[in-house]
Amino acid sequence: MRHQKIALLVMLAIFAAAPLVVYPVFMMKVMCFALFACAFNLLIGFGGLLSFGHAMFLGTAGYITAHAAKEWGFPPELAILLGTGAAFLLGVITGLLAIRRQGIYFAMITLALAQMIYFFYLQAPFTHGEDGIQSVPRGKLFGFIDLGNIMTMYYTVLVIFFAGFLLIWRTIHSPFGQVLKAIRENEQRAISLGYDTTHYKFQAYVLSATLAGLAGATKAIVFQLASLTDVHWTMSGEVVLMTLLGGLGTIFGPVVGALIIITMENYLAQLGAWVTIVQGAIFVVCVLTFRRGVVGEIAHFLKKPL
Amino acid sequence: MTEIFGVPTQALFGQLLIGLINGSFYALLSLGLAVIFGLLNIINFTHGAQYMLGAFCAYFLLHKLGLGYWWSLAIAPLAVGAFGVLIERTMLKQLYKLDHLYGLLLTFGLALIIQGIFRHEFGSSGLPYPIPQELTGSRNLGFMFLPNYRAWVIVASLVVCIGTWFVIERTKLGAYLRAATENPALVQAFGINVPRMITLTYGFGVALAALAGVMAAPIYQVSPQMGADLIIVVFAVVVIGGMGSIMGSVLTGFGLGIVEGLTKVFYPEASNTVIFIIMAIVLLIKPAGLFGTQK
Repeated sequence: MRHQKIALLVMLAIFAAAPLVVYPVFMMKVMCFALFACAFNLLIGFGGLLSFGHAMFLGTAGYITAHAAKEWGFPPELAILLGTGAAFLLGVITGLLAIRRQGIYFAMITLALAQMIYFFYLQAPFTHGEDGIQSVPRGKLFGFIDLGNIMTMYYTVLVIFFAGFLLIWRTIHSPFGQVLKAIRENEQRAISLGYDTTHYKFQAYVLSATLAGLAGATKAIVFQLASLTDVHWTMSGEVVLMTLLGGLGTIFGPVVGALIIITMENYLAQLGAWVTIVQGAIFVVCVLTFRRGVVGEIAHFLKKPL
Repeated sequence: MTEIFGVPTQALFGQLLIGLINGSFYALLSLGLAVIFGLLNIINFTHGAQYMLGAFCAYFLLHKLGLGYWWSLAIAPLAVGAFGVLIERTMLKQLYKLDHLYGLLLTFGLALIIQGIFRHEFGSSGLPYPIPQELTGSRNLGFMFLPNYRAWVIVASLVVCIGTWFVIERTKLGAYLRAATENPALVQAFGINVPRMITLTYGFGVALAALAGVMAAPIYQVSPQMGADLIIVVFAVVVIGGMGSIMGSVLTGFGLGIVEGLTKVFYPEASNTVIFIIMAIVLLIKPAGLFGTQK
């Protein structure tokens, strides 16, 4: 536990000091995706459920937040709350369906459900199709903190990211998280011990969806944009990639994975299709030779869970 | 003009035909997925990319070597199937002892690489591929015009599907295959080379995808993205049908194609999503799928 707390403080210090060295907008993107990946990791790393449709939560929260802030004039905190709530609701509905099947089927079902949501947003008038919802106002947090200031925005995102991260941390170390791990390791055994495993998996799914929604809602306010990119299946694939590269089932892995992937995309963006090729290559290399991921390897070397 | 339920029969039969065509491809692709899944326990995410490779193979054969459609129909599945064998031997083989999810992740990565390379080379726009001369034109069925090529696609995919079903369910080779699905170690003990059977099965499933790709080339355009969205619909088809039976996946494929076609007539807004909605309903009523058995 102690080394994990040290790692946590180091991470907080790095993110707090980062805008002195790195472009703040870039770091805000990293934090949004890091929270997204951590939420995803809660489900696969600790519940053993591979969702291939997590983009639907990111995108839904983004659209609802952007629409509430722009069209209804909601203040940012309420808009984010509403977007996150929408992701929660979508998590409940899709969770009730997807949780009925296991393993590979679960992945295919979440992917198909997310594709359905994608087509819905493609046709729904309020999303403005290919254009997306643009120039979303950042507004004033609680009525007096102006998010138009880049540094204020930055530390607001840091607080949201850190709150989400701590919630996941707490969940993993709670009895609930331990039961999840037990289910991942041996579901039959957990059932025989009297745990209603379906119920636990459903709760983990909804929590993961909600936190992914929080990431999407924050992202919409930061970039003042909600677009189809965030609901497309490539986004679902990207979050799998970040988590896999960082380390499945590690606490800090998704953050490291998000940092690496976003940095890479930043440099390769002008090369177009190459981004996809490199992403695919990372997938193949990770699965074949690097299944522990970056943080997983470090933890293995230190012989301590991270 | 005659009408059924307020819809002109021309439009109705036209959409039904399109539905049957789409259904042929759903059936061929979900059949390949089911065959691979049966023996390898892997969901082949590369299936869409391999379908696209089949179409591109036909395109190259025509434009680089001057070999027409009928040659492509034989060469493309062999070439792409061989590529599949290579993938199985070098990569998938290493994953059999691990969680099945790793197979999904690996094949997803491969699909990204293949589609990325083709998009880099050919852009996102489609390339036209001509209908073979023997199958141009159409015949008048009295109530509608049926283009010859489309009739051929439906018949050919039916023949391939039924042929595959026959081989797996009614021949000795198929019996080995089914036995190896149940208990590979025991079949190996009887002196049958199971690893080779697994390799060839993967190659065969991939070849089916490539065959579908060649048949699709004259109907849809040949483009790097042609398999990417299709494969997600096929996954939904597989979930609806359940992967327990070969005939089940074929029937579901054709059936859902027709349902999708009819939706285009009566409620076009939902035509993109109807298969996913059906999937949700099936999951509520019969989670194992229409023809599946819950393990």
